Amino acid sequence: MAKLPVDELAIIHAFGPHLSASTRGGTAGAPDKLVKTHCCFCGQQCGIQLKVRDNEVVGFEPWDEFPFNRGMLCPKGVKRYMQGSHPDRLVTAVRRDPAASGGFSAMPYEEAIAYAAREISRLQTEHGNASVGVLSGASLSTEKTYLLGKFARVCLKTPFIDYNGRLCMVSAGAGNMKAFGIDRAANPWEDMIGSEVIWVAGSNVAECAPITTNYIWQARERGAKVIVQDPRITPIARTCDLYLPVRPGRDAALFAGVLGLMIEQGSIDREFVDTHTVGFDAVADYCKTWPVTRASEVTGVPERSLREAAELWGAAKSSFFLHARGIEHHSNGVQNVLGAINLVLASGRIGKPHCGYATITGQANGQGGREHGQKCTQLPGLRDISVPEHREYIASVWNVEERDLPGPGVDAYEMFRKIDAGEIKGLVAICFNPKVSLPDNQFVTRALEKLEFFVAIDFFLNDTARHADLVLPGSLQEEDEGTVTQVEGRIIKINKAVECPGEARADWKIIQDLARALGRPHGFEFAGPREIFEELRVASKGGVADYSGVTYEKLERQMGVFWPCYSHDPRTGAATPDDPGTPRLFEPGSYNPVAKGAGPFYFADGKARFNLGEYRPAVDDVTEDYPIFLTTGRVVSQFLSGTQTRRIGPLVKQYPEPRIELHTRLAAKLGISHDDWTTCETRRGAITVRASVVTTIRPDTVFIPYHWPGDKSPNRLTVAAQDPISKIPQYKVCGCRVRRADAPPAYAADHEPQQ
Amino acid sequence: MPVPHDHEFFVDPSRCIGCQACVVACTECDTHRGDSMIHLEYVDRATSVQTVPVICMHCEQPTCAEVCPADAIKRTSDGVVQSATKPRCIGCGNCVVACPFGVPELYIERAVMMKCDMCYDRTSVGKKPMCATVCPSQALFFGTRDQIRALRPRSKAINQFQFGDQTITTRVNAMVPRGPTAPTHVDVTAAMEERPHNRNLRLPVIDTRDPFAKVEV
Repeated sequence: MAKLPVDELAIIHAFGPHLSASTRGGTAGAPDKLVKTHCCFCGQQCGIQLKVRDNEVVGFEPWDEFPFNRGMLCPKGVKRYMQGSHPDRLVTAVRRDPAASGGFSAMPYEEAIAYAAREISRLQTEHGNASVGVLSGASLSTEKTYLLGKFARVCLKTPFIDYNGRLCMVSAGAGNMKAFGIDRAANPWEDMIGSEVIWVAGSNVAECAPITTNYIWQARERGAKVIVQDPRITPIARTCDLYLPVRPGRDAALFAGVLGLMIEQGSIDREFVDTHTVGFDAVADYCKTWPVTRASEVTGVPERSLREAAELWGAAKSSFFLHARGIEHHSNGVQNVLGAINLVLASGRIGKPHCGYATITGQANGQGGREHGQKCTQLPGLRDISVPEHREYIASVWNVEERDLPGPGVDAYEMFRKIDAGEIKGLVAICFNPKVSLPDNQFVTRALEKLEFFVAIDFFLNDTARHADLVLPGSLQEEDEGTVTQVEGRIIKINKAVECPGEARADWKIIQDLARALGRPHGFEFAGPREIFEELRVASKGGVADYSGVTYEKLERQMGVFWPCYSHDPRTGAATPDDPGTPRLFEPGSYNPVAKGAGPFYFADGKARFNLGEYRPAVDDVTEDYPIFLTTGRVVSQFLSGTQTRRIGPLVKQYPEPRIELHTRLAAKLGISHDDWTTCETRRGAITVRASVVTTIRPDTVFIPYHWPGDKSPNRLTVAAQDPISKIPQYKVCGCRVRRADAPPAYAADHEPQQ
Repeated sequence: MPVPHDHEFFVDPSRCIGCQACVVACTECDTHRGDSMIHLEYVDRATSVQTVPVICMHCEQPTCAEVCPADAIKRTSDGVVQSATKPRCIGCGNCVVACPFGVPELYIERAVMMKCDMCYDRTSVGKKPMCATVCPSQALFFGTRDQIRALRPRSKAINQFQFGDQTITTRVNAMVPRGPTAPTHVDVTAAMEERPHNRNLRLPVIDTRDPFAKVEV
């Protein structure tokens, strides 16, 4: 029964989002301790020291020594401490209770665990193991993601587990695996400084990865030219050397056009292409179908700029290519990524100092969270659940029979289709707020309502958990220890600052308590994250994402370790306790266990792969009826679905509610002025928000940030079209129409900005 | 201990990304009771995402102190212009209107002027100011001249400003581009055209006449 127990406003009144009670930690009074750890938000994982007094995080102090950010933080990092001791914090389990004014009433923890186990057992007995699914997330520590993957396969014995990285990292991941055989940023960020050209495709780095701005601009100080490909002038585009104002959804065409020009110019590194890659000729043929006139016409970028891009990129001696969700959040996302990688491979500039390539991860553990088995097709160590040897190895680590491991499941959105179809009847969800974050989210809501039993683990009652039968009180990042792998591929240590309040528990304890209550505790008796990590080291050994040489001590000592880091030399088998890890991938002459010395890339022949990177028009592209491109993204002060950041007062104040950003020309045509209530409508629905009239966006495109729920959510509008390979949803483009609203929306009267 | 003389502030607005990390970090400090002493402004959001962080420039001869009738604003020997001292400040707001950089603010309910004091609680014990520590794009930088020279070869530091007849020398430096080329303005519609018209960013001019012409003295 997953319908809202009472009116949603009543739930909001009881459980928030309310704003944090304190407005600042203040500098008066000495803290009991300073805990060196990392920010809980984006994939950069800036080092930070949390100030702790009386088991409460009361502020922060910069951590100047941590090498990635050297004390730098964005506003989310500065105010992240305010999520602790929050009035909305769940300190007991709560169960659905239509008689309670807020729709939920407290339940003793042990009783709640027993209730969850009873309901899960009932569903699995009546409808089979696969009637229960697990949704997890990439903001969790790697230990937790590993445990959840194991919990689904070994305890619940269901194939159905997937995670919110499905909305984030999967296009880049699939592209990286196809081209390189490994899925990780190829270089540490410091490689940017000294590069001649930096190409940023579809990444609003200033707002989504703020510290990366400093690396790019420091490279510019050393003479780097910066190319930015984006339909909006973001802060990084403001001072760039070449701005490519691409029409949303046309990135693959842009890459093919530019590579075609480079081939014409003869600025391809033929020696590298011949020695270290396969598949170039087919790509060259494909690029012939993208003469610059056609590429310009399709992408909306003038020929002169495509030529300039080809000249800059073609002539450079060193370069760094960065991309993010702007090219990845598409039903053509993997092709876009492959097109970008083709530009890198054709230049031969990879695997060397100042020659780099990376996707920018979005979530705290966007990297580590996509490596160790919470993806529906994956087993730990970037292994494949469909490959018999991979299954055999992991089954041996887990001490189960290979035949008892389920096969591949389906992606997170497909799980909702299965819920809608009645195939999945029970759901365990943690670290995922699909009611806000998935496209066409009114469908998601309807599907949620069909669940027979829904248990969520969370520290706040998020928008999706309002539908739950039971919510178990989980842990904030600062209430547990573990590791995450940040944007560069550097594994780092998260340290515990405070104990969980009340009856809240570390997430891994809750998972293990469920396993115990289900009568299947085997393999879920870890004493803590360190023990989980020790098993993960073994499970990852021999896989592409090999963590076997990583220890908590090494992480602290080195301030992070780049994987792969081997416990035993993959060439000789000799123990390598001091392996420092691998900051830069694909170095000439480097050895990896897949190529076995044949070459630096992770295929049997050691060569990288060119893949076509084909352009396909977007699903639900602009039409006469819906003539304007809608694109979505982030603002700097909010994070993902806002479960945490919409509860932090100063961050809410900075950008209280979503606005629709549109060009002055479009606004004039539509009769819309700055601040006007404006309705944006697609085939899925309509929302009304205030207008920001600016000249910093293409006149044929509007932008709405996605961090808000309900009637403010642009994911009411976005289309549930998915990439056929990665299954990432197409958040970054669909056709819409826009008009001045007749009246303010209902929420303006009865919801606070953050609600 | 005084703020070391070789440690200076360098403000580079061309690097500002408008994220407000400085503003929210400033609110953490108890010496100004949770109010931010930094002003972060969009130049003109309708036409650009350019933002400018404004901190106190710490003038050698602070106009704010010169116009203060109560002698409430002091400059310490290390060149830091302190906030008004509470017992002396009469909340008249002279400093607010006189400062050429628009820095001081009057907190009427407390009847006191407060402004950026270069994080004196931190800089006087050897730490960097909070804003310059956290600034993710290092538009706010605190360090030595040698460091900034090495880090920013394309810019130079200036600390003399002309306001009408008044020349002001400051302890805080502004970074300006070296060489004659002005930074170009990236415009979306120009970038979409094969032959773009030469569009310069036009800042709105409010009134070309002397704004004080009608003021009776």
